[in-house]
Amino acid sequence: MSEQTARRVPPSPTPDPSTLAFWDAAREGKLLIGRNTKTGKAHYPPRPICPFDDEGEVELVPASGRGTIYTYSVMRAKTPYVIAYVELAEGPRIMTNIVDCDFEALQVGQPVRLTFVDSEGGQPIPMFTPA
Amino acid sequence: MSIRGKACIAGAYEHPTRKAGDKSTAQLHAEVALGALRDAGLTRADVDGYFCAGDAPGMGPLSMADYLGLDRLRHVDSTDVGGSSYLLHVAHAAEAIALGKCDVALITLAGRPRSEGQATGTAPRAGNPTQPDVQFEYPYGAAVANMYAMCAKRHMHEFGTTSEQLAWVKVAASHHAQHNPHAMLPKVVTVEEVLASPMVADPLHRLDCCVISDGGGALVVVRPEVARNLKRPVVSVRGAGEALKHQMGGQLDLTYTGARFSGARAFEEAGVKPADIKYASIYDSFTITVLMQLEDLGFCEKGAGGRFVQDGNLISGVGRLPFNTDGGGLCNNHPANRGGMTKVIEAVRQLRGEAHPAVQVKDCNLALAHGTGGSLGTRHGSATLVLERE
Repeated sequence: MSEQTARRVPPSPTPDPSTLAFWDAAREGKLLIGRNTKTGKAHYPPRPICPFDDEGEVELVPASGRGTIYTYSVMRAKTPYVIAYVELAEGPRIMTNIVDCDFEALQVGQPVRLTFVDSEGGQPIPMFTPA
Repeated sequence: MSIRGKACIAGAYEHPTRKAGDKSTAQLHAEVALGALRDAGLTRADVDGYFCAGDAPGMGPLSMADYLGLDRLRHVDSTDVGGSSYLLHVAHAAEAIALGKCDVALITLAGRPRSEGQATGTAPRAGNPTQPDVQFEYPYGAAVANMYAMCAKRHMHEFGTTSEQLAWVKVAASHHAQHNPHAMLPKVVTVEEVLASPMVADPLHRLDCCVISDGGGALVVVRPEVARNLKRPVVSVRGAGEALKHQMGGQLDLTYTGARFSGARAFEEAGVKPADIKYASIYDSFTITVLMQLEDLGFCEKGAGGRFVQDGNLISGVGRLPFNTDGGGLCNNHPANRGGMTKVIEAVRQLRGEAHPAVQVKDCNLALAHGTGGSLGTRHGSATLVLERE
């Protein structure tokens, strides 16, 4: 259980003009995903051009914040941390960290919910914690 | 149009160094270039095609052609798909030769991550912020080891693969490495020793990981007419396939690799089946890398990789599919953090009958070499070659 006491502080991301809205939304507690206005298909990480279809525009929409662990690994670094892919309720499987958890109790398929952890520079980073 | 039978690997050379603190990267590229040309019985004056990837210094072919004094080049290619680049270069060289764009193609790889103190597998890399994925991965501590670990975890979940089965891959590599005087880890290890080594990124232990080494290697790919006039056994490129796999906008599936596509393409071009292959060089950045690629190349069913690799099935003289008889990346070397070059080199040794006698496969006339570059956990290049001794 001592493993969960020290929490890794993530480095800050370097936003670009196409992702500023994503990182701004994170400051308001939202995880944005891309959605094709024509097909409704969701993608992640969000980008201005839909990775699936030539037609339709991409709109950024907030994810529900619900998901399940698709896979994960406990990185045995000086300050251990859990890296994971979480499958969002909306479909996309996204890279993230699982925080505030008992490393040994984690399981593939486990329900998780969205939370945020401030980076070194104070940017909230979307992460997940057991639901 | 096919490249089948249109080009031969006439020269192959692996640098013996595993730590080259006193050499530059360009120098290592030059040393392996000369080594491979000497092996083929050719000289720099014969080279009219040059191939290198992201490990080459400066502007790749431009910098290295200048440094090496290559002045007859009429075809260059610096396609970089990480560690799989060099297998893909062999295929591209064969294409160029088939089209008459060059006759003698030189491919080089070299690097010194060990001397530079790189924590290759465990240190998250900030990368270039213009790379669109970096801001969505670097904050989470994405490193090479935990990306492959996530593949292993999912494989275990879906197919019941065990850590013991993964360990068998290392055990097999170590059985081969004991005969290689240059191998970094020449000691035979047991399944128990692999499982007792420290956990790096669950479920991968330290001994599930490849080594970090300096060094390099080079190949010379030539027109068949050139090869038949040389004194070396003729190793022909019979088939090749390449593929990319990535996160697919979040429709990620970590249970398979690009080998599913590159392998099928290579087998189709070669007109052979996995069961025909006498020896296989399989990219081995981690034990899980080998297991998944074996499935995707068709050596066993998807999900059956664990059972396929256990009990020594990959050990030369013991199992059904001898693999990485030089010790591979898991025990021998992983120059420049890119293991594709050495995969081809050991396949060439096997086809020539020049592998160590203790690991040489009898009547080895058909071999496969497969490489992965980048990361199975995010995005990777995949390249497969079917090679044949004439």
